[in-house]
Formats: sequence, structure tokens, C-alpha cells
Amino acid sequence: MNATLRFWLGAVALGLALVAGLRLLGNDYGYFAGYFVLQYVVLAGAWNILGGYAGYVNFGAAGFMAAGAYSAIVVRQWLGWDLLPGIVAAAVVAGLLGLGTGYLTLRLKGVYFSIATLCLAVVLQTLVVNWDYVGGSRGAYIIHAREIPPFTSYTEMLFIVMLGLAIGTTGIGRAVEKSRLGRGLQAIRDNERAAEAVGVPTLRLKLVATTLCGALMGVAGAPLPYYSGYLNPEAAFSLAYAVNAIAMPLIGGAGTWAGPVIGAVLLASLQQAATVTISSALNLWIVGWMLVVFVAIAPRGILGWFRRRG
Amino acid sequence: MEFDLSLLLNGIVSGLLLGGLYAAAASGLAISFGMLDIVNIAHPALMVTGAFTVVALGGWLGLDPLVVAVLQAPAFYLLGMVIYSAYHHFFEKRGDEALQGLAFFFGIMFIIEVGLVMAFGPEQRFLDPSYAYTTWRLGEIDLPLRMLVPGLFALACIGGLFLYLHRSFTGLAIAAVAQDAEALRLMAIDPVRIKRLAFGISIALASMAGGALVVVQPVEPSSGQVFIGRVFAICIMGGMASLPGCVMAALLFGVVENVTATFYGPSWSPAVAFGWLLLVLAFRPQGLFGKAA
Repeated sequence: MNATLRFWLGAVALGLALVAGLRLLGNDYGYFAGYFVLQYVVLAGAWNILGGYAGYVNFGAAGFMAAGAYSAIVVRQWLGWDLLPGIVAAAVVAGLLGLGTGYLTLRLKGVYFSIATLCLAVVLQTLVVNWDYVGGSRGAYIIHAREIPPFTSYTEMLFIVMLGLAIGTTGIGRAVEKSRLGRGLQAIRDNERAAEAVGVPTLRLKLVATTLCGALMGVAGAPLPYYSGYLNPEAAFSLAYAVNAIAMPLIGGAGTWAGPVIGAVLLASLQQAATVTISSALNLWIVGWMLVVFVAIAPRGILGWFRRRG
Repeated sequence: MEFDLSLLLNGIVSGLLLGGLYAAAASGLAISFGMLDIVNIAHPALMVTGAFTVVALGGWLGLDPLVVAVLQAPAFYLLGMVIYSAYHHFFEKRGDEALQGLAFFFGIMFIIEVGLVMAFGPEQRFLDPSYAYTTWRLGEIDLPLRMLVPGLFALACIGGLFLYLHRSFTGLAIAAVAQDAEALRLMAIDPVRIKRLAFGISIALASMAGGALVVVQPVEPSSGQVFIGRVFAICIMGGMASLPGCVMAALLFGVVENVTATFYGPSWSPAVAFGWLLLVLAFRPQGLFGKAA
């Protein structure tokens, strides 16, 4: 049995076990918290494709995610389509957004791309606030059925969708890592000029990576309005997404497919537990400190830490 | 919409005044990002911190906000030196600037913003110095002192910086470290020490720009986010390391943004910043006033 098949079978088995375990628990909060963690697995995995392998920092996770969430809202209001077409629309819109930003800035040094993504979120928020069709600054409501057979509840359905997306994103990350694309991106990270000189099509690979990264971030955001039932620009563009999308892969171990998963599960569970017990501002503050301390002391993340010892 | 000449003239003049403030915000970045090659995305957040401490200290001491801004600058200078020391020790020395270094400054920016929310609350803060409601009139043109005084203060700061960089020995050493750090070592000058000093100056400038900012407009903890686009766009447009270029770019930017806000509404001004940034990056990354790389 080859490694790829083993990975997929293992991931699906783990997913089924999670669903079975939460059903046995029989509490809706389990799905609610589980969704929260899994959305970060998708977001962190998406960031890792560009940031981890190619070393290009995308600060605009909140912007891409909100683009996905608002695409889902528009698709619903305009065509009356539900969640799954919304996810597809989110992938297309956010992917094109990534491609456009990348096309304009990626021919330069990497920092310019980072600065552009940092501003992208601010501008998208301006657009959404001024756009009355999606509710402007008042926000938009999504009313959905409470029950949706064969699932026990709507939250369970959302959880299972997000579980599928998380497994898919991790699988894509792993496939990228093992492919020519991933090796090209790693060459760009280590020395872009040398990579260019030996014939790596650097601009094209970077554009593929930004598009993929943007699309997956959009996908992570698409179910968000369904999850919370109400979405306003402030919540959709929350800095928490941007900081977590960077902190999770870096703490788990950027540039490996498992790193973002480890970081996301660790940090998101911590935050979910902390939101219940302490204030949400303090909770985000802790994430900021963890990011700074980890990049300073363990620049290769948790995985790198173990690899160096082992 | 009816075209109105006096509206346009006033838009240009207050845009120039606003541009002076932007120049102060961006000139610190011209040192750190332009000269030292340190991508300090926390610069606007530190500026907003300066604004908040001006509000807090000004209320306590009962002094004019711009005086407080000058008085507190040494503290920010020290803070900047501490930040640079950490950055150098953990990232620059290891060659990890690109990914981990950027994440470090992002983390600092985030810590500052959330920290300000926790310390001061998310509300807007503003100040009313004695001259806040006086307006000078020159024919059709209004010159509100609320904008004129901070604008002149900002330009005075930049003038002082310019003289320092071009006349003093340390200032020349900063220019030298930007060109060739290793050559400086051969002259028995420690480039790390010079860089630490220069970074401290850039943060001190950020705090003074913050003091000027809070006189012009209300400030909230997240105000820095809009300024990221502005100051980086100005810094790149001005040709990175050039102070005169930075001032020119800032004035131009202030006018374009303010005229847009006058005719289309202020909620669109962040889009102007980003649009400029993208256009500059796509078509003229060496800046409007810079030489081709």
C-alpha cells in the first residue's frame, strides 16, 4: 500500500471516528467547537502553501476569507443557491483575487506582496461596508433550516462539510509538497535567483501557489455566514483570522503538510477553551505573544523542534 | 455633481496639510524600511500608540499635545532600540528576516493593537487644544489651525531629521550603513549600533507623527491599519530612502486622497491608498522620484 493511499484512508478514518465520537457525546456544542478548530485547519493549510513552501507571507487571510464568506452570501441572495455552490463560488472569487494581487506584485521582492495583502483586507472591507446589497456595515442574515436529515442537526452538517474541507486542504497541501510544484516553491524559498537560473518558472509557480492559497482561504470562509447566521464586515474581516493564519503554521512547523494541522488544532482548541473562560481580547493577545515568542525561539515550529532533536 | 472651484481649492490645501502629517508618518519608515531594509509593518501601530500616550499624558500633565509628543519621543526612541535589538538577535543575525522577521513585526503590530484595546477600550480618542476651533481665512481658502499646526510640526520634525542625517557624523553613518554595512565595519564603526540608533529614531518619529495625528483626527486602536497602506505607498513612491522624495510623495498623496474624499465621500479614502500602492508596485516600483534599479 503506498503512502498517499495510507494518508487518505487514515484521514477519512480519523474523520469518521471524530463524527462518531461527537455523535456519542450528543451535544451540539461539540460540533460548534469542532467547526471552529477545523476552519483554522483549512485557513492554516492554505497559508502554508504559499508561506510555508515558497516563503511568501500572506497577511490578508482575513480579506480572502471574508471574500469567500461574502461570495456565499451573494450567491444565496442573487441565485438562491445554498452552501455547496457557495463554497465553489468562494473558491473562484478568492482564487481570482489571489491571482490578481499576485500578478501585480509578485514580480518584485516578496515583501511587496506581503504589504499588498496587508492592505487588501482594509480595502475589501471598505468595499463591503459601502455595498448595500450584502448589508453594508449593518451585516447580512442567513436563515437556514434547523433540521437537515440525515444529519442530527444543522451544526452537524456544517461540521461534516468543514471536516471534508479540512481533509481536502491537508491532502492538497501534502500533494503540493510531494509534487514538482512544491519542490519548485521550496527552491524559490531557499534562493529565488538560483531557482530562476536553473530553469524553475518562478513567476508561474508563485502565481499557481497564490491562486491556490487564496481559493482555499475563500473556501474556509464560505460556510461562515451559515455557521454564525449573521455576518457583518467587522466579524468577517476580524484580525483574529489574519494572525491565526500566520501563527498556526509557524508554530506547528511551516513548510510541512502536518505543521499547520498541529498548529491549528493546538491554538484553536486553546482559544476555544479560553473564550469560554477568559475575555476574547486577552485570548487574542496571548496568540500574538505566542507568535512572537515562537518565531524568535523556535523558528521551525514544533515539528522542526522535534526533528532537530530526533 | 456640480464642479466647484473653491471646494477643489480647499480640498487641495487641506490635502497638503494632511500630506505633511503623512510625510511625518512615512519618514520614519523611510529610515527603517528604506535605509535599513527592515520591513517594520508595526510602524503605524507604534504611531497610534504614540497618539494614545499623548492623549493620556496630555490629559494628566495638562500640556499641549505637540509638546507632549516631543517630550515622550525619547521613551519611544528607547523602545525602538529594544525592538531592533530583539529583531537583530533573533532574525537578522540568523538570516531569517524574510518569513520569521515579517511574522515577528506582524505579531508586534497585533500585540500593540489588542493591547491598546485592552488598556484604553475600543472607543475613538481625540483632543481639543486651545487652537482647535480657530480658522484662518485667505480669500476663498480656509486654513483650520487644527490641521495647519500639526502639519507644520510634522514638517519641522522632518526638517530636523534631514539636517541630522546630512550634517552630523552619526547621521552620515546611518546613510553609510544603508549603502554598505560591511564597509562601515572597516572604519571601526559597529553597523549594528548605528542601525539600532537609526531604528530608535524612526520609532521616535512615529510617535511624534502620532501626536500630530491625534490633533487632526480622532484615533482608535485600529487606526493603524489604514495607515499601513498609506505609509508604505508613500515610502515606495518617494523612492524608499529619500526624505525629499518621501515629503513630495506624501503631499501628492494627501491631495489626491483629500480631493477624492471631498468629491466622493471619506469612506472611500482607504481604497485610494491601496489603489496607489498597487499601481506603484505594478508600474513604477522604483518610486516616482527614484532612479531605476
